[in-house]
Parts: sequence; structure tokens; C-alpha cells
Amino acid sequence: MSEAVVETIELTKRFGGVTAVDRVNFRLGERELRCLIGPNGAGKSTFFKCLTGQYPLDHGSGRILIRGNDVGGLRPHHIVRMGVGIKTQVPSVMNGLTVMENLWLAARRTHGWHRCGSEVQRVVEEVGLGEIARRTVGELAHGQRQMVEIGIVLAQEPWLVLLDEPAAGITGAEVERLVNLIRQINRTASVIVVDHDMEFVRMLGADITVFYQGAVLTEGHVDDVLADARVREVYIGNRA
Amino acid sequence: MDYAAVVILEILYMISFIALVSAGLAVVFGMMRVINLAHGEFVMLGGYTTLACQRAGIDLWFSMLVIAPIVVGLVGLIVERLVIRFLYGRMIDTMLATWGLSLLLIGIVTLIFGSSAVNVPTPIPGYQLGAYQMGGYNLFIIGVTIALYIGMWLVLRYTRLGLIARGAMQSADVASSLGYNPRTVYMVTFTIGAALSGFAGGVLAPLTGLLPASGGGYIAQSFIAVITGGSGAVISGTLTSSVLFGTISQIVSFASGPVLGDIVMLALAIVLLRLMPTGISGRFLRNSQ
Amino acid sequence: MKVWPSIGQMRWGWFLLGAAIILVWPAFFDTHTPTILLVWALFALSLGLMWGYAGLLSFGHTAYFGLGAYVYAIAVVNIGESTVPLLLAILIPAIVAAIIGAMMFYGRISDVYMGVITLVVSLILFKFMSATAGDKYAIGDARLGGFNGIPGFPVLNVPGLPDVSLFGVPMYYVAAVALLGCYLICRWILARSFGRVLVGIRENEGRCELLGYSVPAYKTAIFSISAAMAGLAGCLFANWAEIVTPSVFSLRSAAEVIIWVIVGGLGTLVGPILGAIVLGMLKLLLSEQTVIDNSLILGFILVVVVLAIPRGVVPALQYWFGRRARIRTQRSAHTRARRRVAAPVRPS
Repeated sequence: MSEAVVETIELTKRFGGVTAVDRVNFRLGERELRCLIGPNGAGKSTFFKCLTGQYPLDHGSGRILIRGNDVGGLRPHHIVRMGVGIKTQVPSVMNGLTVMENLWLAARRTHGWHRCGSEVQRVVEEVGLGEIARRTVGELAHGQRQMVEIGIVLAQEPWLVLLDEPAAGITGAEVERLVNLIRQINRTASVIVVDHDMEFVRMLGADITVFYQGAVLTEGHVDDVLADARVREVYIGNRA
Repeated sequence: MDYAAVVILEILYMISFIALVSAGLAVVFGMMRVINLAHGEFVMLGGYTTLACQRAGIDLWFSMLVIAPIVVGLVGLIVERLVIRFLYGRMIDTMLATWGLSLLLIGIVTLIFGSSAVNVPTPIPGYQLGAYQMGGYNLFIIGVTIALYIGMWLVLRYTRLGLIARGAMQSADVASSLGYNPRTVYMVTFTIGAALSGFAGGVLAPLTGLLPASGGGYIAQSFIAVITGGSGAVISGTLTSSVLFGTISQIVSFASGPVLGDIVMLALAIVLLRLMPTGISGRFLRNSQ
Repeated sequence: MKVWPSIGQMRWGWFLLGAAIILVWPAFFDTHTPTILLVWALFALSLGLMWGYAGLLSFGHTAYFGLGAYVYAIAVVNIGESTVPLLLAILIPAIVAAIIGAMMFYGRISDVYMGVITLVVSLILFKFMSATAGDKYAIGDARLGGFNGIPGFPVLNVPGLPDVSLFGVPMYYVAAVALLGCYLICRWILARSFGRVLVGIRENEGRCELLGYSVPAYKTAIFSISAAMAGLAGCLFANWAEIVTPSVFSLRSAAEVIIWVIVGGLGTLVGPILGAIVLGMLKLLLSEQTVIDNSLILGFILVVVVLAIPRGVVPALQYWFGRRARIRTQRSAHTRARRRVAAPVRPS
């Protein structure tokens, strides 16, 4: 068995008396694409924020290993510098800057000064941002901004990508392009996607991990998991 | 023994002084998250209002306790309508605009009253405490401050106005859900805050003397008292930090001169802000008023 | 991508024109007043760099200006030759700002509390320096002098030649070179990755953190650089005034520099410079009459600018001209496109 890209051991996160993530053991392999799903409040977003370092880890509440390195206690920028690309739940871009400037800032962290220009160009083409490349991000529609965020992640050339709700606010043909982009990212990187849009998850056609009440309910391929009666119960039961 | 009494009285006076000049700022910051840099000038205006009334032959007590808060409250109302209401949610811009306002008010007062120092007579004579000559008016300040804070607490705790205010302190939405336009609540709050500052200025005028620029002396103390007090609990937060800063600054002053007292107080404020970015009340007094 | 539209670029033509005007000025006019205007412009530039580009507003930037002035005066009284004092006047404010900045930014306090802390720092210095009357307060041979300050210290001299003092026109040229040099340094900073990341931080701190940049380190660095320039301006001010008093730390001067920058414009370098020169001139003119108090005008300007043009005059003009230019290019692009459609399609 090869070394895991991400591994959590008994990961626990409490807020006051509430245990949002409860002793989760999770493992993501090389070049793997994994979706985290679960009803609202299942702990998937909290789990995500622990991985990204946005929530600091309490002492003695499990470990997070990225490529075998214990990243508990590291701040987000340390984790990113290891080669991790992060897209947060709320669209977070540099609103006053143009699309290309946003991408440039992302590329500069990993590339030298002289390569950034061509990297930005590459990402603009791959994500299909050509028409809006020189516009200020703040003027763009929500869906376009989501694509800019994906572009920002691409420009960093990460080997691990963490995406929180990338499909929120994206409709129609754009969803398909997003799915293709994620698959493309997946060719060179391991990917974790948090989303509760079932349709989108099914289109990705990957393995999924179902969170329920802070713990992992089940894991497996999307078709098997969605056929699981327990999953249907927590999901549909909660939606009704 | 007499010396100990003097020290304790001086400490009490310092605490009251800080609490008194901070009250208006605390109300405005606590309920609106607006940092009013013209606060010191509101206090100064209260003093000059008292001076003008006293010169016009109006009873000094009536001038400082009634006219000063009303006049400065009206100034606050005008300022809110003309400036502050356009800047809600833009904290830094509000700080800048109110700073401009403070310069403007200094300029206007200089035009009217001139730039030299003036005094308002002290209405209460001094008294003898053992070998020390004490200002009787200081005792009055201590009493007024205690009465003011008890009054504020009663209003917040038991009146409808207090209920709305406490709602608005949580968030503007609470005020709307109670059926009040948050904009109106803000307007009233700012006016009350200004009136409290005018009251402080009027009451303190006989002690401090008046200069158009004297607002700058108040802003530092009230600023750090309110900010370190935090916005979570207007009354208890401001009182706690007033006690803290008043005691420390006065003890240092007795030991090594008044300037060092001020400096130690300011330095302490920086350290406290660094340790508790949400203020004392954000950390310890979350559930009080 | 060489050019970042959000930052703008060095316009050499305008720069050379401005530099030429500044440099030939003494041939025709008096230099006493222009010298202080250039010094104020440098001070405004230092604040404009960190406020306009990194989004960090120091409410008490006079702390570093005043420190520069005091450090120079104290050091030159003790040393005699002015080269080391000049360097100290740049270095010490930078170090102090780095310490205070690190404390604030690594503590992740909000911009409002940053305003409070920077203001309090300059208040502390003001109170302290005002209280240093008497022989007890002296550093080496320099008596701090309380409210009366330190008078009569040696002014700048040609490095290595303590007897050749720079005052009058040479002093003007020192200020001019300092301003132009610092302008070029600012441009250089903004053209580097460092400057671009600062602009990114201004726009969205959290995202920059998630891109892997250490936000506190960048903020501390720009705060320190800005303080170094303010210190240089303070040192030049001391040389111009030939006295240093605690009023360099006063609330009033802290407000003034903020007004110069915000009126001139945020997010530009030329804005703060022009703001300082124009409003500095206004201040000097107003101080010659006694009918209207200076504060009144300054305060009025600040309130009106914050309400009406919160980004300042220069950006407002740029936006206005930029929009006209854009409409013009859009129109011509539109006609070109129409022509292309009208032209017969050639088989490829």
C-alpha cells in the first residue's frame, strides 16, 4: 500500500460542548478523487477546515498527516506552501483586482517571476476565462467568480487540492465544464471535494465518504453508496 | 492615615473622571460600533456651553446639569444627520470623518471664544483633611459619576428604551425585529451619547479649565477605557477598565509624577488590546450589560 | 504579465517633468517654503504607500516622523558629524515600527484596533517628550528639553566634511533628492512581487493567507519601510526647522498627514505628494491670517472628502479620464469590428 496523501487519525474537533468531528479516521491515496457528503451539520465542513488549518487543532484530539507530515498546529499558509491548493466555501477572491492579477498572485507562490506570465496565460485558457481575463473580479457574476477560484487553485499547481462547495451557484453548461476541470486537476493531484449537491457528485463519479453526526457513516464508490439504505435514510430523512 | 485617605480619594476621583468622560463614547461604540474621534470635542463643547451660560448669568448648576447635555445632544443630532448616517458600516471612514469633525469644532470654538484658556468658577469650596487641602468639588464628581452609572444601568435594565438598546447592541436585526427602524435607533443613540459627553464636559468644566484643544486630553483616556472595555458590555466593561486604568495611573502618578501615570496607562492599554483583541468584556463579561 | 493595471506603472515622462520642475525651481524662486513642502510630501508619500497599497492606516504616523526628528537631533548633538545621525533617523523608526507592527499583525488585531494602537503610540511619545524638561532627561550631551524641545543642533553636512553644512538651497536639493529617490523606491517596491502581494492583501487578506503568503510578515515589512521614510522626512524637517519640539508628535500633525493623503488619493503615489504640497501651501497661507482658524478648514476638508470622494482627488480624476478614454476606445473598437464584418470573408 502506497503512502497516503492525506491521513487523519482519530481526528476530533469540539466547539464548547458540541463535538463537530468525532474520531474520524480518513485516508486519501495518490491521485485519488474523493467527495465528502453529508447533510447539513454533519461535520464535513468542519473536517475540511481542520485539514486546511483554518480551525486550529486542539491538543490530544487526533492527528492530521499530509504526505506523512504531521500538520496539526500549522497555519493555513504553511499548509498551502507544502503544495496544497484550497478553495473555501464562501467565494474568496481579491475583488478589486482583475482576473489575471488574481491568477498571478496564485502562480507567484510556486513559480519564479518570469514564469508567472505564461502560467497565468495557461490557466486562462484551461479554465476558459479568456473573455473576462482583464475584468475586475468584483464585477463578475457568482458563477464566474467560482471559476476564477478554480483557476487560482490550478495556477498554484498543487499536488493536493481541497475544494469546498465548488458547484455552489454554478448552473447548466458550466457544471459540466467544472466537472471536466476537476477531473483534469485530478490527473496530477489528489482531490477532496466537499459538496452536498448530489447531482454534481454523481457526475464526478468518484469515491465518496459520507459524514453523519460528526463521524464517517460509510465509504465507497458513488453508485454503491447512494444505493445504501442508511445513506438514503440520513439524507432523505434530513431533507424532508 | 490622612495621607492614605487622600490617596484613596484621588484614586476614586481618577476612576470617576475616566468613567465620566467615557460614558458617551461607550454608549456610541457599544451600540453602534462607531468610534467617534470627535468625542473629546463634544466634552469640550459641554464645558464651553456651561461657560457661556454662566457668563450670561444663568445658574451654574442648571447650566452644567441641564443646558450643556441638551446643547451638545443637539449638536450630536445634527452631526449624525449630516455626516455619521452616511458612513454606517465603514468604521475607518467614520473614524476619519469624526476626526475631521473634531478639528472643525476646535476651529469653530476658537473663532467664538478665542484660543486662550478660560475658567469656570468652582461652586463648592475646598475642605481640610488633616494636613491636606482637598477640593470639595472632586467629591461631587465622584457622586455624580456613581449616580450616572446607576441611572444608565437602571435605564438599560428596566425600561423599554433599554430593551431596544440592548437589542441593537446584539445586532441591528434585533432592533428591526422588535419593530424599530435601526436607523432611528442609531440616531437616538448618537444623540444620547453626545448628550452624555456634554454632561461630562459641563460637570468637569470647573475643575479642568477650558481650551479649544482640550478635547484631545479626554479622547486618549476615554478611548482606551472604552476600547479595552470592549463592546460586549457597555456599562460593566467601561467601569472595569476605568477602575483598572484609574487605579494604576493614579498609583504611578503618586510614585513618580502625573506624566508617567498617563504613559503607563497608555502602554498598558496597548498590551491589553494585544492580549484581548475583543476587549475585557469580550473576554470576561460576556453576559452582563 | 509585466504590467498590473491595478497598481499602475512608472510614467517616466511625467516623472522627468516633475523632477525637472523641482530641480530647476531654485534658479528662479525662493527655496525656504518649497523645502518644507517637499519634506511634507515625502512624509505623505510614506503614509500613502502603506495606506493606499497595503490598506494599512496608521493613525499616528507622526510617531515615526517625530522619532526621526528627535533621533537626528539627539545623535547629531552627541556625534557632531551628520552622516550617522541621518542613518539612525531612518533606522530607528524602522526598527520601532517593526516591533510595534509585529506585535499588532502577528496578534491579528483588526484595522480599527490598529488605528487605536498607532494613535496611542504617538500620544505616548507626545506626553513623554513634553515631560522631559530639566537636566534629568538627557541622552549623552543632548537635553530633551520638555515642551521647548531641542534647539540649535548642527544641521546636515556633506558626508565626511563636518564643516560644510547644507542649508538654504543645498538643503532644498537634499529634500528634493530624498523625495524623488523615495518615489522611485516606492515604484520599485510596487513593481516587485512584494508590492503585488501587498495589493492582494489589501483586497483580501484571508485569500492571500490561503495562497500561502505570510500576511503578518508582509504587513510588518511595509509598515517598517513606511516608517523609515517617515523617519527620513522627520530628520529633514528637523534640519529645516533647526529645532525639534514635542509638537511633531501632536494629534494635529497626525491628522494633517492623513488629510494630505486622503485628499490627494489612495492607491496612487502622486496623489499624496500633490495633496501634501497643495494643502501644505494652504496651511502656510492660512497661518498668515488670524480670521479663520486653520483647524476649521482642515476639518471641513477631511469631512467633505470622506463623504464625497473617499478615495481622493487623483483617483477620482483618473477614473473620470479613464472612463472617457475607455468609451473612446470602445467606440473605435466597435467601428473596427463593424468594418471587419462588412469586409468580404476571404477563404483561408
